[in-house]
Amino acid sequence: MNGMNRRQFFKVSAAMLSGSSMAALGLAPQTALAEVRQYKLARMTETRNTCPYCSVGCGILMYGLGDGAKNAKATIVHIEGDADHPVNRGTLCPKGASLIDFIHSPNRLKQPQYRAPGSDKWQTISWDEALDRIAALMKADRDANFVEKTEGKTVNRWLTTGMLAASASSNETAYLTHKIVRSLGMLAFDNQARV
Amino acid sequence: MTNHWVDIKNADIILIMGGNAAEAHPCGFKWVTEAKAHRGAKLIVVDPRFTRSASVADVYAPIRTGTDIVFLGGVIRYLLEKDQIQHEYVRNYTDLSFIVREDFSFENGLFSGYNPEKRRYDKSSWDYERGEDGYVKTDPTLQHPRCVYQLMKQHYARYTPEMVERVCGTPQAKFLQICEMLASTAPANRVATILYALGWAQHSIGAQIIRTAAMMQLLLGNIGMPGGGINALRGHSNIQGLTDLGLMSNLLPGYLTLPNEAEQELPQYLAARTLKPLRPNQMSYWQNYPKFFVSLMKAWWGKAATAENNWAYDYLPKLDKPYDLLQVIELMAQGKMNGYICQGFNPLAAAPNKAKVLEGLAKLKYLVVMDPLATETSEFWRNAGESNPVDPSKIQTEVFRLPTTCFAEEDGSLVNSGRWLQWHWKGAEPPGEARSDIEIMAELFLRIRERYRREGGVFPDPILDLAWPYVNAARPTPEELAKEYSGKALVDLPDAKDPTKIVRRAGEQLAGFAELRDDGSTACGCWIFAGCWGPNGNLMARRDNSDPTGIGQTLGWAWAWPANRRILYNRASADLQGRPFDPQRKLIYWNGRAWTGADVPDFKADEPPDSGMGPFIMNPEGVARFFARAGMAEGPFPEHYEPFETPLGYNPLHPNTPAATSNPAARVFARDLADMGKVEEFPHVATTYRLTEHFHYWTKHVLLNNIVQPEQFVEIGEALAKELGITNGQQVKVSSKRGYIKAVALVTKRIRPLTIEGKTVHQVGIPIHWGFTGLTKPGFLANTLTPSVGDGNIQTPEFKSFLVKVEKA
Repeated sequence: MNGMNRRQFFKVSAAMLSGSSMAALGLAPQTALAEVRQYKLARMTETRNTCPYCSVGCGILMYGLGDGAKNAKATIVHIEGDADHPVNRGTLCPKGASLIDFIHSPNRLKQPQYRAPGSDKWQTISWDEALDRIAALMKADRDANFVEKTEGKTVNRWLTTGMLAASASSNETAYLTHKIVRSLGMLAFDNQARV
Repeated sequence: MTNHWVDIKNADIILIMGGNAAEAHPCGFKWVTEAKAHRGAKLIVVDPRFTRSASVADVYAPIRTGTDIVFLGGVIRYLLEKDQIQHEYVRNYTDLSFIVREDFSFENGLFSGYNPEKRRYDKSSWDYERGEDGYVKTDPTLQHPRCVYQLMKQHYARYTPEMVERVCGTPQAKFLQICEMLASTAPANRVATILYALGWAQHSIGAQIIRTAAMMQLLLGNIGMPGGGINALRGHSNIQGLTDLGLMSNLLPGYLTLPNEAEQELPQYLAARTLKPLRPNQMSYWQNYPKFFVSLMKAWWGKAATAENNWAYDYLPKLDKPYDLLQVIELMAQGKMNGYICQGFNPLAAAPNKAKVLEGLAKLKYLVVMDPLATETSEFWRNAGESNPVDPSKIQTEVFRLPTTCFAEEDGSLVNSGRWLQWHWKGAEPPGEARSDIEIMAELFLRIRERYRREGGVFPDPILDLAWPYVNAARPTPEELAKEYSGKALVDLPDAKDPTKIVRRAGEQLAGFAELRDDGSTACGCWIFAGCWGPNGNLMARRDNSDPTGIGQTLGWAWAWPANRRILYNRASADLQGRPFDPQRKLIYWNGRAWTGADVPDFKADEPPDSGMGPFIMNPEGVARFFARAGMAEGPFPEHYEPFETPLGYNPLHPNTPAATSNPAARVFARDLADMGKVEEFPHVATTYRLTEHFHYWTKHVLLNNIVQPEQFVEIGEALAKELGITNGQQVKVSSKRGYIKAVALVTKRIRPLTIEGKTVHQVGIPIHWGFTGLTKPGFLANTLTPSVGDGNIQTPEFKSFLVKVEKA
């Protein structure tokens, strides 16, 4: 994790703020009965990320509760533009500025689900069930329809199952996905760039 | 982008056409504002709608959607007629002097070699003439009647300002004003940039529109220059990266291509791609293709890829035809597909002709959806009333929906439009049981592999042999994968000049693609990314934003492909002596011994500038091409063809040649052709687009965006509204041959009627963001209306130009 400098900066700012506002109010620094409320972001973990929407690739800073301790579950409570980023220089558009609500959208999927043939509803299933069943379906389809040769030519292709890859997944996801898909012999394979 | 976002600040003239950066790429658009404020740059916007980009433009011109080649071809004619071109640049850095074969021709809207039954060209005549030495013949005086300069001049002579006004509806005076502004960048020290997006790509002639723009930029000497280039503003955060990594039906990583089935032998496959120079002393960088290819095969199949088995060449599937999305949906609708996996992609909303996609999905045996959000595709079987009127009991598809992480919950890199690979860090745990796409793909693969191990099956070798060097097999880390695509040495690599020295130890990360070898001693999953995770670690994570020259290249911020180069073709920003064309914007220069400067030179580092080596090192010509040779489906020079749903019914440039009305080389399935509407029934021209407040079909799940933009609407000009008796805020029905949507009418001054060929044409604007899942007020998927026909080269659907009928709901 990076970003300690900024946190230290906030600590210093918070201290200066408390000093100057008390001076402005004409209060002598006697026994403190109350302290100025701490700047909230100062207690958070700052993480650098990239806006997942358009391809300007704006730098964002995500502020999370949770200090990285074992079993402390982090949650993002604030997102803003990264002022150090050469392109967006701290700014965000109406989409980037609303990213916090993407992370916490009530429509985020939380469990694997299954819709049976002819059914009008979802049922929750386990990861094991889902992945086993998908692997079985894929293998059965591949074994039944894989074309090794046509007119004496070696072609080794599988055309009856296809895949569309994402437009916002990481390079690492994309690379692994491509490697796996071609090893299966799949050709019906595109990403969002096609449309 | 040939250039990148910050570099827009170096432009003198900015043309936004086929895009709307102010609304679709707001934080990138700030560099347009920067150029205007601090450089005195002028902004030109050409668009069917008066967009927010137009609202801050110095000049705005309206245009009928789908006629951009007429407009840009008109600019090319203007530049050639007035001889306002960058002479030193075009003479030395382009193919203007190359001589074309005698049997090449263009008549009645068609190039030589057309086969109307196959809707395809025999392209053998679309080539240069060769001399006895094997090299292309040239005429440096540009007088030869068949040199590219003369042919191009002749081709665009028809694109007069009168023709532009007739076809595009752009007033001549406006058009000529824009020509003058663009021509002002012909001098070596002035530069124009072009910013475009899907407003150019989503046409049946999309790739040729973009090509016309690139030709205009070449004539003006604006390619390779800081503040210049031809800049595609990509629409999704890693659509560039997924394309770079080759996740398309015909590609391999790094723009390598899959073999066709006729290419049965590896040497044959490699020879066709290992491009030999067409002129003396040219670099022709694709000569290194075998190094990139063998290194890829070593990354994928490791020890199982050997010289003896042709580096596992038989493990790669061989193509018999393209299997792009439109082709796959056609196969689905014909009942020829059984399974489909959608990873963060919502084709029910994103592919054209929703009814056809729905029919296709309903014929599948199984559908797997991996997504952080509840997409329409995952619920295609659900009856959502008028907007998705299906009967679930009749749909036998098994559907699996797997919850994935989103950006905030994972580490990794994305490639932005400027080709920067930027690393990001995980800040939170995913909700519920959601998993990363990497884990899901790995788990799925391991289960399939285990079944092949246990049960056997058809051709299991490429699956069983796939290199899987990850410490935790079920959870490859982003770091492991990034290192794999960046590349490493497999054995100690000796120095080519002094074999007693070792340049890389076995296992060491490589510094770049120049270190790749074709003997199996290096592994690299994507050659253009080579070096992003080099011997000195992860360069994508760099955060040094310093810009010592002030020209905005920030070489220490993240890492750009290729080789951390920020401006492609930058050798062309310097003259034949190696001096920058514009001394005020010094990008790279020859210092007497080597190329150096504010960017990584796109050239052989120690090649003297006057040696005759051209700056376009990827082309076997060494120079940029006006004449595309066999590179494009429709012809070597872009020609205007009408959208498949045309409001005219004929091509004004070829009114008597029905074959040349719409793209003669586009692939159209019979069923889709029957689904095309005619102007008599659907009299209004429609185009689709995004809004500032929404992103595709995602942000309808995001509360804040729904507060600011809650309900579906269509934009209708005041004149059309008056004609139809529609008032602002009223419900309207918009129909095409393929279906209808209902939405609120936004009656606006921003879309004005145009006069095309003497008749009034109304354009209708259709934002795309609504559907039957999400937090917004439910709406209709806009692709209910759009036609299923793609660009002739890359099959990008014609979302930007089609016919509808607007009426009161």
